[in-house]
Amino acid sequence: MIAIVDYDTGNLRSVVNALQRVGAEYLLTSDPKTLLEADRVLLPGVGEASTAMARLRERGLDETIRSLTRPVLGICIGMQLMCRHSEEGDAACMGIFPTDVCRFTPDKKKGVKVPHMGWNTLTDLSTPLFNQVEEGAWVYYVHSYAAELCAATIARTENGTCFSAALHTGNFYGTQFHPEKSGSVGEQILKNFLAL
Amino acid sequence: MVAKRIIPCLDVRDGRTVKGIHFVGLKDVGDAVELGRKYADEGADELVYLDISASHEGRKTFTELVERIASRINIPFTVGGGISSLDDAARLLGAGADKVSLNSAAVRDPQLIDRIAAKYGNQFVVVAIDAKQIDGVWRATTHGGRQLTDRELFSWAKEAQERGAGEILFTSMDHDGTKNGYPCETYARLTDELSIPVIASGGAGSIQDIAEVLTAGQADAALAASIFHYGEIPIPHLKKELKKMNINVRL
Repeated sequence: MIAIVDYDTGNLRSVVNALQRVGAEYLLTSDPKTLLEADRVLLPGVGEASTAMARLRERGLDETIRSLTRPVLGICIGMQLMCRHSEEGDAACMGIFPTDVCRFTPDKKKGVKVPHMGWNTLTDLSTPLFNQVEEGAWVYYVHSYAAELCAATIARTENGTCFSAALHTGNFYGTQFHPEKSGSVGEQILKNFLAL
Repeated sequence: MVAKRIIPCLDVRDGRTVKGIHFVGLKDVGDAVELGRKYADEGADELVYLDISASHEGRKTFTELVERIASRINIPFTVGGGISSLDDAARLLGAGADKVSLNSAAVRDPQLIDRIAAKYGNQFVVVAIDAKQIDGVWRATTHGGRQLTDRELFSWAKEAQERGAGEILFTSMDHDGTKNGYPCETYARLTDELSIPVIASGGAGSIQDIAEVLTAGQADAALAASIFHYGEIPIPHLKKELKKMNINVRL
């Protein structure tokens, strides 16, 4: 069973729909015990980082997530919360990935707009999360903050500067892009996560 | 770098897509979910669904349609048409829409932009501006171009951005439906004055028109309807040609 962490940060519907499209069974939960028993855990997230982090803490879920031993995938803000720190609301995060989350700087000359919204390419792919995904594959992004490159970076994307498109440490994975909105490439990545 | 986007727009009434020339003389061009799916498979980068139902019943049908779209389609989509409150936006978000597009209601009640953006984020709010040139001034209109407002395009777009819009969708009512191309200088100025993405809409008749608004016009995305609905310019062909012109598109 796949558990989707429901911590009241808004819309989980697109993640649910994507899991249905790939034929996976899932449940929505904020119960630590259920998360500990799940085969896979998905940590989605929209909204503001410090608020989202506070909601995880209120429920004691930050500790639970850190202690999970089966594959965990954080998406967008979900991934950012698994880093050390986010500049958004000066939030101390879970510290699973050894990197910090900073705001993009707009740059008219380079065509860098904030938020970074739309389709961009993945390069330097590694780990089975990207099985059957080609270098230069397109994925969909909506974000204003990004994780800096680090030893845990398993894919990078450029928006003025290069940032971590995906991260991996042990059983923990994260994608800054939205696999649930990234067409057939995104579906492949979700299938790969389920097959880890 | 982020790709220039190609966005088919589907006008929906009672669950089915229609397209009008100058917004009159509507003609049915098919099932809204299946048409959207077809465009997604062909390489559309996003979809826009506009509800043109006038009745309460039609609005309810549209919400149900949004749920079906969200479950079937694996790329982002925006919904618009008759959204006039935070509750409307919440209902469509709950149904699975990625963004809402505000038009007349934002002109009537600009704080609606602030309220929706504060609650759901800037990325969720597209402000659509239908404008036409009157004595050399671009004036925003409502009701499909029939009603002039006292809003001037550039200042209104900037205000919308400051209030929390994540994108501006600008349609020139002087060009919409003509297939004579876009007012590229106006788009270039708009893009220059704003920091958020600008979507060009209305007037595309050829691949060259779209290429021009994405380069000279500096638009971030091009939205069109009839050229796609009637198969005049298939999306895969369009994107290949844009790529040949060194425009950064997703293939």
